[in-house]
Amino acid sequence: MPLARLIPCLDVAQGRVVKGVSFVNLRDVGDPVELAQHYSAGGADELVFLDITATPEGADTMVHVVERVADVLEIPFTVGGGIRSVEDASRIIEAGADRVSLNSAALATPELITEIAARFGSQAVVVAIDAGESVVYTHGGRLATDIATVPWAVEAAARGAGEILLTSIARDGQRTGFDLVLTEAVRDAVDIPVIASGGAGSAQHVADALRVTDAALIASIVHENPAGLPGLRREIEALGIELRPLKERV
Amino acid sequence: MSDVIIVDYGAGNTRSVRAALTHLGRSSYVSADPTLIANAPYVILPGVGSARSAMAHLDETGAADALRNRFAQDQPILGICLGMQLALQASEEDGGVKGLGLLEGLVVRLDAPRIPRLGWAVVEPWGDAFYFAHSFVAESPDTVATSEGLSAAVQRGSFLGVQFHPEKSDAAGLTFLDSCLSRV
Repeated sequence: MPLARLIPCLDVAQGRVVKGVSFVNLRDVGDPVELAQHYSAGGADELVFLDITATPEGADTMVHVVERVADVLEIPFTVGGGIRSVEDASRIIEAGADRVSLNSAALATPELITEIAARFGSQAVVVAIDAGESVVYTHGGRLATDIATVPWAVEAAARGAGEILLTSIARDGQRTGFDLVLTEAVRDAVDIPVIASGGAGSAQHVADALRVTDAALIASIVHENPAGLPGLRREIEALGIELRPLKERV
Repeated sequence: MSDVIIVDYGAGNTRSVRAALTHLGRSSYVSADPTLIANAPYVILPGVGSARSAMAHLDETGAADALRNRFAQDQPILGICLGMQLALQASEEDGGVKGLGLLEGLVVRLDAPRIPRLGWAVVEPWGDAFYFAHSFVAESPDTVATSEGLSAAVQRGSFLGVQFHPEKSDAAGLTFLDSCLSRV
């Protein structure tokens, strides 16, 4: 297996990073490009950008953000939010993103997973699942569906998804640790990589998740102290998790 | 300094390769023009998309023949991911696709615990970790570097191909690209 991945997630609205980012040394805390570079320099293995407004007008703005990020970032990144068609996915990937993340659109039109995978490969399609107690939720975790989480993950993988981004709604933002039971259930049911999301509050939490699965999404734990990412990596490594060796820039 | 040509085969993400080259102070163009491919000091065959459509596109535009001629004249080519796989004899992808045949060997479906194989892995004997995202892999006697026992790089004559994405491999990838380009 490749090395465990640590993936900061940035919420973007109207081209700006929103929610809980506080950092004094950035000229512009809300600039996704500057924050992306900062996290990359701090040892992020990958980044996720979620367009949380995801309006039709916002789509153009997001494409420009993706282009600007791709021009300066030399680590992979995923873009989600508002991608409802192969054309939407194409625009984001051609702008420089490595992967698109589908959530509600994949539930509404599961064929979309297959169509995007056929064009760009499975590695380019992440299916994001917002999981409640037993069923999947949509609309930012507000609306319950009657679709059970584990079977949906299995179906997404069968339809061509290359990765599952699994968020526990109950844990999201709580910083009380990942839902390891949920993560393990999905991990055992699929043979594609699974990113655990929701609940990271400490290095121990992240290490616990990385013992269960391939990657961990982190948000508030880094946004409250973006300079702390290298330290967080070292703490996770000290807990016995092997992360990629970092190299000095040329 | 002359321009690097990034071969266009009508799919996906060439922007990131260009960005990495720009970072290294190299100008580049994305093109399928056989003349440009023949005459460029350095050519990169990038890697996103499906084997069948990529190969069809290379054949239609004349880029495939230009790459074969370039290889015959010992001019450097770097293949990345699918771009590396296309240089082998054939691929199992898409029900079987004939490759450029610059190198010995075949591209086969990965046998790994989780597919696609996504993430960073150390490449031996080079020692650095690079970023991988693939479901197929080379089985080739021209393999010169490995990662977790899988072919990570192949080389024959003037063609060097890598399974990982140097343009997405942070400082290790930039260092790798810089050393490739330093020879021209």
